[in-house]
Amino acid sequence: MKCRTMKCKEVIRELSEYLEGELDPTLAEALMRHLEDCEDCGIVVDTTRRTIEMYCNMEPAPLPAEVKQRLQRALEQKLKR
Amino acid sequence: MPTHLDNEDVLVAEARAGNAESFATLINQYDRHIYRLALNITGNQEDAEDVLQDSFLKAYSNLGQFQGDSRFYTWLVRIAVNEALMKLRKRRRASSVSLDEPVETDDRSLMPREIEDWAVNPERTYAETELRDILSQAIEKLEPQFRTVFMLRDVEEFSTEETAKMLGLSVPAVKSRLLRARLKLREQLNKYFRRGPQ
Repeated sequence: MKCRTMKCKEVIRELSEYLEGELDPTLAEALMRHLEDCEDCGIVVDTTRRTIEMYCNMEPAPLPAEVKQRLQRALEQKLKR
Repeated sequence: MPTHLDNEDVLVAEARAGNAESFATLINQYDRHIYRLALNITGNQEDAEDVLQDSFLKAYSNLGQFQGDSRFYTWLVRIAVNEALMKLRKRRRASSVSLDEPVETDDRSLMPREIEDWAVNPERTYAETELRDILSQAIEKLEPQFRTVFMLRDVEEFSTEETAKMLGLSVPAVKSRLLRARLKLREQLNKYFRRGPQ
């Protein structure tokens, strides 16, 4: 990374808490100041946020038909008992 | 986390009283979510199917123990996570990596290697199924201790404390694994979503 290593390391260490809005306000302010000058950290913060959003928003695929059939069969057997 | 049924409490009560149809409605609502969770923890289709079946069978047998102090889905996920971890441990017993192994804490290993800006809404250039495949492949490449924490925290949206409890880990261990998982996934996805040459 181009900017000072120590500061960048700190941004990465606090990244999760920052993205979740749980970072101590003083630290969050320092982090935001760092982002104003460090393009690389800005990219990492932005792309990590988008990574989380993509996973969070992705609906699971429908259950494969054969898996569903076997599940139903197993439950039917259980319910008969 | 899936959308919950408005009449879930009623369905659970009916299922507890032996109404198979009500239990089937609950299953239909959550089966694909439980299957995805199982698949992403075990990393194996056969195991995921076993986990799916065993979780629902166990849930049915133990409906009497469900107190209603959490969502039915939350209770179901706890059962599925236990089943999936048992499968994973069984499979990994023969291999060298343990799910409970402490994670490297050296900050240097956290530093991102690939730093490139992503295109605006790159995910829109992919069809939904294609995007789902990309995300699944990326998560498959993570080690189990990372993908399990990521699934519970960022996909199922459990709190850090709940995740720690479910996995028998400390809160700092969950936080550390989550950060590593997020950074590793970001790096995996970079090759698909980075901005092309201008």
